[in-house]
Amino acid sequence: MGASEFFDSRGDVPTDADWALRIAAVDLAGIGGVRLRAAPGPARDEWLAALRAALPDGTPWRRVPSHIGDERLLGGIDLAATLRQGNVVMQPGVLAQAHGGAVILAMAERCDVGVASRIAQVVDAGSVVVLHAGLIDVQPARVGVVALDEASGDDAPLPGVIAERLGIDLWLGQSRPRLDAPTASSPHRDAVDRARALLPQVEANDAIVTALCEAALALGIASLRAPSLAWRVACIAAALDGRREVLAPDAALAARLVLGPRARARPRDPASSDEEPAPDRQGEEPESAGESAASPGPRDAGEPLDAATRDEAMSERLLEAAAVSLPKALLASIAAGTAARKTPATTPGRSGSARRSAVRGRPIGSARGALRGGARLDLLATLRAAAPWQAMRRRESPSCREGFLVRSDDFNVRRFRERRESTTVFAVDASGSQALHRLAETKGAVELLLADCYVRRDRVAVIAFRGAQAQLLLTPTRSLVHARRSLAGLPGGGGTPLASGLAAARELAATILRDGGTPLLVLLTDGSANVALDGAGGRERAFSDALATARAWAGLGASSLVIDTAPRAHEQARALARAMEARYIALPDADAHGLAKSIAGSGAAYVGER
Amino acid sequence: MYRHAGLAADDLSATPVEPLQRSPSRRRTPTASRVTARTHTIRPAYPFSAIVGQDEMKRAILIAAVEPAIGGVLVFGDRGTGKSTAVRGLAALLPTMAVVHGCRYGCAPGESCDCDTCRDILAGTRQSRVRRVPVPVVDLPLGASEDRVVGALDLEHALTQGIRRFEPGLLARAHRGFLYIDEVNLLEDHLVDLLIDVAASGENVVEREGLSVRHPARFVLIGSGNPEEGELRPQLLDRFGLSVEVRTSSDIAERVQVIKRRDAFERDPLAFAQAWATEDARIRRRLLAARSRLATTQVPDATLESAARLCVNLGTDGLRGELTLIRAARAQAALLGDGVVADGHLRQVAASALRHRLRRDPLDESGSTERIDRAVAEVFDA
Repeated sequence: MGASEFFDSRGDVPTDADWALRIAAVDLAGIGGVRLRAAPGPARDEWLAALRAALPDGTPWRRVPSHIGDERLLGGIDLAATLRQGNVVMQPGVLAQAHGGAVILAMAERCDVGVASRIAQVVDAGSVVVLHAGLIDVQPARVGVVALDEASGDDAPLPGVIAERLGIDLWLGQSRPRLDAPTASSPHRDAVDRARALLPQVEANDAIVTALCEAALALGIASLRAPSLAWRVACIAAALDGRREVLAPDAALAARLVLGPRARARPRDPASSDEEPAPDRQGEEPESAGESAASPGPRDAGEPLDAATRDEAMSERLLEAAAVSLPKALLASIAAGTAARKTPATTPGRSGSARRSAVRGRPIGSARGALRGGARLDLLATLRAAAPWQAMRRRESPSCREGFLVRSDDFNVRRFRERRESTTVFAVDASGSQALHRLAETKGAVELLLADCYVRRDRVAVIAFRGAQAQLLLTPTRSLVHARRSLAGLPGGGGTPLASGLAAARELAATILRDGGTPLLVLLTDGSANVALDGAGGRERAFSDALATARAWAGLGASSLVIDTAPRAHEQARALARAMEARYIALPDADAHGLAKSIAGSGAAYVGER
Repeated sequence: MYRHAGLAADDLSATPVEPLQRSPSRRRTPTASRVTARTHTIRPAYPFSAIVGQDEMKRAILIAAVEPAIGGVLVFGDRGTGKSTAVRGLAALLPTMAVVHGCRYGCAPGESCDCDTCRDILAGTRQSRVRRVPVPVVDLPLGASEDRVVGALDLEHALTQGIRRFEPGLLARAHRGFLYIDEVNLLEDHLVDLLIDVAASGENVVEREGLSVRHPARFVLIGSGNPEEGELRPQLLDRFGLSVEVRTSSDIAERVQVIKRRDAFERDPLAFAQAWATEDARIRRRLLAARSRLATTQVPDATLESAARLCVNLGTDGLRGELTLIRAARAQAALLGDGVVADGHLRQVAASALRHRLRRDPLDESGSTERIDRAVAEVFDA
């Protein structure tokens, strides 16, 4: 690998992807790693290849599939070799093998939360502890993680336990052809090497740390890991520029790469509201660190200012810089007061529903089967299966030494039945007609049901529809407080896009089903739709759209309950319930507890066990 | 025979009891420090005394370390608040503990368990030798199988020799130390149940796969989690002794302090640990003194009565809350060097001991902490 290969001579202003690349190349483990959000494609491959090229030769580079078993991840018994040789053969784990290098976590958003937390532990400790038969082995494993996050709308997000620890959060755009706009122009290897050598000498700087802390706080980031990681990124940025002193542009860059994507709240400044901020600003200032390492160009940040105003100015700038990298959709959702995501059309064929059944739950015996997908060996059954054949096998292969001869046909794996988790989806009509009558009562009814969900340990999700479309107020959560809060903040008014509401509920329910859960829909509406699926007005079409989506819901096979909230029970809501094959209940008849009971009943009918 | 850490057992200096004060660079697994010395340098733990703020959490963990009978600490709050740092830091500052040399389960001298070594010692066929190991902190990863937690059939022996032998799990490793579960609210219920059972009884009983084993497993259970990701079942909540709410400080100066110390630690962990060694030693002395003082700390009837009135006022179910409250107050008094438990001690620990035992209206957002503060004021200031 020659250096020229990845030296980008275009001399363009480095993009965030470039910066992330250089910084990661200097000290990947130091910043925890990179969350690389991109669809699989040439852009991502290129970025990864450039990173790998920029790391010192011989740096470990290990790919980890998202459902890797413990034995491979942390190290453990190599079962196949153990059976073959008759004595225990240990194999080192991928994390220990990657010591000093990078772990590439493929399809990170599908990553099992157990795998994620184990990796997080190793990232924290910098070592792997393997325990087997009383052997405690501590192996060094200082690794940086590159999590390839391909999540698109309807997938579960990257497990928080790992996302939290990855310093840089990078959105790599859709794959673009290399010739026009290279996403990841490779840094000059020497510059990276020099920066790595310089990094330990970069000096602490209270003003910058303070500014980063303030920026994090203003963006609603509670965790202290974020500003801590941002500070480290700023140090690396300074080192890349050949400086020992961390300057404001370094901090601005760090804020953009580390803090921006984690923003939970919007900084108070109301001036530049929803429009896309100007693309060229502070972050770009620390220009082309790679090339101009020796001669730091003139920069205005170096101007002598008296300390107070300078600090003040700095945290202002950091805020702006961070706001730039907020994705548009998030801004919109923050503006709406929630961090909800709008789910796009479902993508069929991405099933993960069968995943867990072989791994956990109530044991229901064992059966012959292959050891894959995290299945657990039932040892006694396996030995029992192998026992009758011992004499014969020994005759067949006299070369075998003593010991028990087990073949793969003997394997028995344990079977589990997992109690499926139910998720109650509340679809709440918050339209004008509803608001006029009884939105408050509807909210009361939902709260009552929430209390019931709490007892049953259900997860809840809330969809509200009003105006032109439906909105997912709350993705499935077990936090009742959140559900209640999202409901309390729900304003009423506008049209009744009943069809959109149902469609959104159906999408969500389909996602829940795919993940192996049991959805239960509670639709609270007066049934008087007046906004069609495409957002157009008109009662008649709106209602026929609603009926169509209702029939589509019925095809899903999930149970549902329609609560008619009209002042006088309507034929419309009843017709809707019939189309959905849902239970129908009119709110005027339903005293509080009757309601809660009826929802529990329809859940029981579906789950069977309850 | 039991092998340890891939080291020949005799490798570990057997008898001479090492001095209590050792460098704070101790690691969290019994033999890790030695393994470390051989392979690579592995970072020392972040010093407990260098943790900024989070006083309630630190106090609760100290109390649990003084009085393990308290039954575990639940730490709920934001990510990145130094929960795991505190646990690891405390374990690292504790003095090494004496264990019976060769015992599978890390018995203290004078104790005995069911393992071959202890049985031989009891029968007089083997001489008891003592070695010192750091206090273990065991991380329980999410998704850990029950096998890994409680222990299971030893595959090696089963396959190669056809011998049915028990392979100890994480519970055995945590004996006399700490068992730390991050995201305890995401752990499967049956595992949480099991952990709390063992933590309360101090003994792990395994009846499975034709094995019948019981071994001591006394540890301080520390669970942490983020309530935004789901709540813990109320039945489980109640079984933790203390419960602490942590949140990151919104005080800039404090936050800056945290990051500066962390940065200093990352740059040179050893030097940083050295710099805080005296502070850590002070906490260690305090903790050891409290442990030895605990048995003689008096709980006067008036204090018992105050505790009872507080619990009645709050309507906590059962006696567990009251018992924990008194135990925690006693440990707190011992930590402060007071010989008699007074109302002031009750006040300091009331929130931690009772917060999670209030009968909860799941939709009531007004925090339990405020309710306790109110009740404390009513009972003590009346």
